[in-house]
Amino acid sequence: MDLIAFPPPPDTDVEGLRAEVRAFLAEELATRRPQDRSRSWSGFDADFSRRVGQRGWIGMTWPKRYGGHERSALERYVVLEEMLAAGAPVAAHWFADRQSGPLLLKVGTEEQRQAILPRITAGECFFCIGMSEPDSGSDLAAVRTRAVPVDGGFVVNGTKLWTTYAHHADYMILFCRTGSADDRHGGTSQFLVDLKTPGIAIRPIADLAGEHHFNEVVFEDAFLPATALLGQLGDGWNQVVGELAFERSGPERFLSSFTLLVELVRALGPSPSDHAAAAVGRLTAHLLVLRRLSRSVAGMLQMGENPALQASLVKDLGAIFEQEIPDIARQLVDAEPSQQSTRDFSAVLAHTILNVPSFSLRGGTREILRGIIARGLGLR
Amino acid sequence: MVSDTSQILVDTATRLFEEQFTARQRVAAESGQWLDAQWQAVEDMGLPLALVPEEAGGFGLPVVEALDLIRLAGAFAVPLPLAETMLANRILANAGLELPGGPLTLAPVRPDDRLTLARRDGGWLLSGTAHRVPWGRVAATVVLARCEDPCGDAGQDGQSFAALVPAGQADTAPDVNLAKEPRDSLRFETLLPAESVAPSPGIAPAELHALGAAVRSIAMAGALGRVLAMTTAYANERSQFGRPIGKFQAIQQHLAVLAGQAAAARAAGDIAAEAVAQGGSLLPIAAAKLRCGEAAGVAAAIAHQVHGAMGFTHEHSLHFFTKRLWSWRDEFGGDGEWGRLIGREVARAGADGLWPLVTAA
Repeated sequence: MDLIAFPPPPDTDVEGLRAEVRAFLAEELATRRPQDRSRSWSGFDADFSRRVGQRGWIGMTWPKRYGGHERSALERYVVLEEMLAAGAPVAAHWFADRQSGPLLLKVGTEEQRQAILPRITAGECFFCIGMSEPDSGSDLAAVRTRAVPVDGGFVVNGTKLWTTYAHHADYMILFCRTGSADDRHGGTSQFLVDLKTPGIAIRPIADLAGEHHFNEVVFEDAFLPATALLGQLGDGWNQVVGELAFERSGPERFLSSFTLLVELVRALGPSPSDHAAAAVGRLTAHLLVLRRLSRSVAGMLQMGENPALQASLVKDLGAIFEQEIPDIARQLVDAEPSQQSTRDFSAVLAHTILNVPSFSLRGGTREILRGIIARGLGLR
Repeated sequence: MVSDTSQILVDTATRLFEEQFTARQRVAAESGQWLDAQWQAVEDMGLPLALVPEEAGGFGLPVVEALDLIRLAGAFAVPLPLAETMLANRILANAGLELPGGPLTLAPVRPDDRLTLARRDGGWLLSGTAHRVPWGRVAATVVLARCEDPCGDAGQDGQSFAALVPAGQADTAPDVNLAKEPRDSLRFETLLPAESVAPSPGIAPAELHALGAAVRSIAMAGALGRVLAMTTAYANERSQFGRPIGKFQAIQQHLAVLAGQAAAARAAGDIAAEAVAQGGSLLPIAAAKLRCGEAAGVAAAIAHQVHGAMGFTHEHSLHFFTKRLWSWRDEFGGDGEWGRLIGREVARAGADGLWPLVTAA
């Protein structure tokens, strides 16, 4: 296989939908300040998500019988990229739309799908991802949280870490150990966990900006009914790996710093110097190519392919781009970063600087991604 | 989807390039030899006509698929003016001029070179100097030039014309690029018969510059694919400390970065090809050329690092590709030129127009 050849994105006419989304966002976000827009997909607003759901823009590709809209992956892509480019607060529904819903569709029972998916598409049911642990970050197969079978279900003990928006979520997709610790992959399973379950404590972890997105989620003899098992017992690893292709190639993997690029263009004005024009032109060129690669992966996902490798390439390139924007912006505009500044550029620069370190950590570190790519090249 | 005709063409061209272009031919070309037998083989297969519409004697290949031949030629470092001849034939056909056969090139290739045509004795006088014309010493040149007074009834003054100038009609100052591909200065003070000149609708020197940037982007994508393959193979073969160097994480991380750059260049080349097919919109071509140029630098550096001293020798084939990458990235406009063009377009669109500009490109 020629792994650097990304097929052309499907030629779907999406401009009508794009105009619809733009009009919706222009109204919804009319008063949203640039520094809030720069939160990108970390911005959380349950009411906004509900209104997005009412427009039919959550679970767009899912079957209608589960509340979905049976639209194409490229149509969904347009909605996502428009939301991110505008800096809309999408976090509430983001994880369910991106990976938890598709996972339920793929391996969930009919009851699980019926019970959950229509609430997700309505923008009323939010998910968090229970993968990482204190001693299991990049080495995901080393998870220690364990579900032990008991009468009628499972009892879970252990700690999940870096669980984004667990404090606002209704459910967690829990990845944990159900078999022997020696069976690194085969001994794991996934569960659909109602976060109201007794024995689950959610504690905030402030990030370096002092903001609360992360949590520690502690399970202490939490009882899960047998119906909470998601997919087959012992299939956790395969299921989780399938999720990651969805997680790694979307527009959120190169648009996280886009608001800063917008504010940079604003600050430079209509007649930038040659040097500034070339720098902005370069970033724009990168953006065009990244968008092409990412839309191509969306097309592959739509065809039912497993573009795990291509997704890793997109995420690795995307993170470099997102992370270099503040370094380039600060060389072109004289301004100190300040979260309190009334000057939009300074405030957005501050927010972006404080967040970019996470861009090559979350969803698979740069080193892990490059390891996956190297394996794809036949080096490992 | 790729058509069957095109798949057959790509397969046949791949076989031809594999057979005809080995290190020996590339070395001969570097020393200044014109590979006549190889050119004949390429011409016999009809590749120079791949971008010519069917009604003008081409074989009606979709433009994107025809341009894929240029990627393939880049992947084999084909030391012949195939891309130039393909484009030149397209420009001749577009102007309704006869296709002469044989190798062709294009002028001007530098944005500050100006060539002019004027009516003279029932024919035309072509004047001016074109610098760094690819293969100018061996190929007939398809020139795009403004018609200056007196233009007569041939067209409006200032209109762009295409002219076919047979090889050897210019005062030639030979030069080469880093890969020793001819890049010659041609000084014209040349009388041309009336039937060699015609209006060139839609393709003026500015469009030629963009078309050139597009084909160099596509060729770079091909060369980068080859560089990735060579470097991966070398990392698997070369052993140090008792194991293939590709088993070391440091090398693996380098190669992953190289793969990312090659993938980005390939996508950029695809963007350029589609832009040419859709009429030559400037922004995507500019983005493609810049992105491939940047990928070329990063990828060549990694490839040489992984190949070690071996890849720094003339005997090893890596340099045939990296020297082309280092040359092509600055031909038909470098990263700075195209970056400024995009940056000014973004400034015109304004902060709130940036995203619509991106999605429309």
